[in-house]
Amino acid sequence: MSQNTLVLGAVAYDPKVVTIWNGFQSYFDQRGLRFDYVLYTNYERQVEALVAGQIHVAWNSPLAWLQTERIAAKLALRAQAICMRDTDRDLVSVIVTREGSPIRSVSDLKGRRIAVGAKDSPQATLIPIYYLTQHGLEPNRDFEVLPFDLLVGKHGDHIGGERDAARALIRGECDAACLIDGNLLQFAQEGTLPAGSVRTIATTPLYDHCNFTVLDRAMVASVALFRELLLGMSYEDPDVRRLLDLEGLKRWLPGRTDGYKLLSNAVDHFGYLDDFVHAMRT
Amino acid sequence: MYLDLGDLGFDRGGALLVKRALRLAGPAEAINVTGRSPDLAVHLRAWCRTEGNDFQWVGDSANGYAQILKGPAADQRWSGAERAGGADPRECTAVLDHPSQRWGLAGRGALVEAGSPEFHFSLDRKMEVWSDDATRMYAQAAAAQWDPTKAVPWDIEFDLPDEVEDAVVQIMTYLVENETAALVVPSRFVAQIHPHFREVMQVLAIQAADEARHIEVFTRRALLKRKELGLSTTGGQASLQTLVEEPNFAIASFLLSVLGEGTFLTLLWFLERVAPDPVTSAVCRLAAQDEARHVAFGMSHLREHIQCDPSIRETLLNAVRRRHDALRHTAGLNAEVFDALVLLAAGSWECADIGRGHGAVSDLNQEMHISRKKRLLKLGFSDADAEEMSFLHTRNFM
Repeated sequence: MSQNTLVLGAVAYDPKVVTIWNGFQSYFDQRGLRFDYVLYTNYERQVEALVAGQIHVAWNSPLAWLQTERIAAKLALRAQAICMRDTDRDLVSVIVTREGSPIRSVSDLKGRRIAVGAKDSPQATLIPIYYLTQHGLEPNRDFEVLPFDLLVGKHGDHIGGERDAARALIRGECDAACLIDGNLLQFAQEGTLPAGSVRTIATTPLYDHCNFTVLDRAMVASVALFRELLLGMSYEDPDVRRLLDLEGLKRWLPGRTDGYKLLSNAVDHFGYLDDFVHAMRT
Repeated sequence: MYLDLGDLGFDRGGALLVKRALRLAGPAEAINVTGRSPDLAVHLRAWCRTEGNDFQWVGDSANGYAQILKGPAADQRWSGAERAGGADPRECTAVLDHPSQRWGLAGRGALVEAGSPEFHFSLDRKMEVWSDDATRMYAQAAAAQWDPTKAVPWDIEFDLPDEVEDAVVQIMTYLVENETAALVVPSRFVAQIHPHFREVMQVLAIQAADEARHIEVFTRRALLKRKELGLSTTGGQASLQTLVEEPNFAIASFLLSVLGEGTFLTLLWFLERVAPDPVTSAVCRLAAQDEARHVAFGMSHLREHIQCDPSIRETLLNAVRRRHDALRHTAGLNAEVFDALVLLAAGSWECADIGRGHGAVSDLNQEMHISRKKRLLKLGFSDADAEEMSFLHTRNFM
C-alpha cells in the first residue's frame, strides 16, 4: 500500500457498502486526502487487520470497538473512537411479546422461549440478554434462547436476523423477541409486525453503536484530515446526501466511548470476548 | 407547541402528525408530544434519530412526554431543489426550451430534489417535439377512444362472394402491417422524449393505443369469415422498414404522420365508401377518424418546428428523396392489394364495373397526391418541392 494513503477497513454486510465507500473515496480524493478501503467479511478479521497495521481506520461495530480497545490495552496501545454517526448515539433495545400474551413483565419471561438475533449482535442478543440477567433471568437456565444466527461475524449489522426473530414471534414460535428500537419501528411500518400485534415489555438503557476506530500509532495527520472531512460533510450537499442516506445518518459527530459501557458489561458477564482477545494476545 | 397523539401509535401513522407539528413549529420551537400508545417513547426516539431531530424524554417513563426539536436535515434535503418548469403549458415560462436531464421523470412543475440522477432522453429540445396544440389534441383523442367490441357491428349478418371476401382479407392484411408500423414508430420515440414535454408524450402514447385498436379491428375483420390472413410482400415490408428504422424524430414524424397517415386517411375514407359490408365500412371509418388526429398533430408540431428552424424543410425534402432512392427497386404497392382495391371499387366482375373500379383507384391515387401536396404547401414547401415530394412518396401509401 502507498505510504501516504489512509486505508480504512469496513465490513461488507451489504452490497451498498461498495457504493458508499467508493463515493466517500471520491469525496476525500477531491479534498486532498489519499484514501482507500478494504472490505472484510467479518469484524474479527477487520480488528486483526487494524491491530496488525494493515489498515489505519476501522469502521467498527460496538463489539469490534470493545475487541480493539481490549486488545490495544494488552499491547500497550490506545484505541480511539474518532467519529460516529448521529444515529449511533442513544439507542435502546426492546423485548417485545405478542399483544394478548399473558407476559406483562420481565419476570413473566421465566420458562419462556425468547428469540434473538445473531449471537454476536449487540443490539438483538448481547445487550437485551444481559438486561435480563440483571433482572434475575439467566439464559438457558431461566429461559430458552431461540437464536437467528444470520451472518455471524457481522455483529448484527444485517437486519435479517432480527426480522426473522420478529416473524417467529408473530408465528407463535417463541414468546418474546429482542430488537433494536429502530427495527421495531421499521417492522411496524413495513408490516412485518402489524399494527397492535406486539407489546414492549422491557426497554434497555441507552447505548451507542458504531464508530471509526484508530490506534494511536496511525497516520496522525491523515487521520485528523479524515475526521475533519467527515465532520464537515453537509446533508445539504446532494452528492454527499446520497451517501449519508445509504449509510443511515444525517451528520457525523465526534466519537464518544461512554455509550459502550452497557455492552462492555454484557460481554464481561458472558465472557464473550475472552477467547478472541486471548488469541490475539498470544 | 403541544401535540397529543391519543391512542395513535407510530405503527398506525402517528409519524404524520409529528411531522406536521414540526413543520408548523417556529424556528427552534420544541414540540411536546404525549400519547397513550404503549410504544410511543421507543418509536419516537428511533424515529427522531433517523430523521435527524433532537429527542428528549421529560419526566418518568409512565407520565412523561417527548420533547422534540426539529433538526436541519429536513430543510437541508430541499436546499438547491429546482422547480421543473410550470404545470400549465399556457404560461409562457412553463415549458422550457431545454429542460434539465436531472428532472428526469418528475412531472413538469414539480420541485425536484438536487442530486437526482441524470437521465438521457435524446429528444430534449422544445423545438424538436413541442406543439402548442398537444394539450388540446390529447384531450380530443382521450375523449374519442372507442371500444372495438362495441363500436363495430360484429354480429351483423352478411355474406360476400368468395373472391370479394378474399379481397377484403387481403386489404385488411395490408392495413394490419401498415398500422403495426404506425404503432412502432411513435412507441420508439415516446421513450426518447423528455417527460417535461408531457403532452407530446401523451399524444404519442394515445396514438400508439389508437393503432393497437386498429390492428385489432382489422385483424378481427380479416378473420371474421376466414381462418388465415392474406399476403405480405417484401416490397411492402421494405417500405415500412425505412419508416420504422428512421432515427430522426422530425423525419420519422413527417414521413409517418404527414405523408404516410395523410395518404392513409384518403385510403381509409375510400374503403369506407366502397366497402362491400358494414363491418369493413365501420372499421375503416373508425380508423380514419383516429388517423385524422395523428395527421393533425404531425402537421402541428412540424409547423412549429419549421417556424423555429426553416432549414429543416431541406432535411425533410432530402429524406423523401433518400427514401425514394432506397425503395427504387421495390415493387411499391403489392399487386394483390391493388387488385383488391379495384375489385371492391368495382363491386362485381363485370367488365364495365372493373373498368369503373380501376378508374376509381386511379382517382384515389390522384386524390392522395392532391391531399399530400396540400399539406406540404401548408408546411411552407414551394409548389415545385411539394409536387416532387408528393410524387416521390412511397407507392405503398404509408
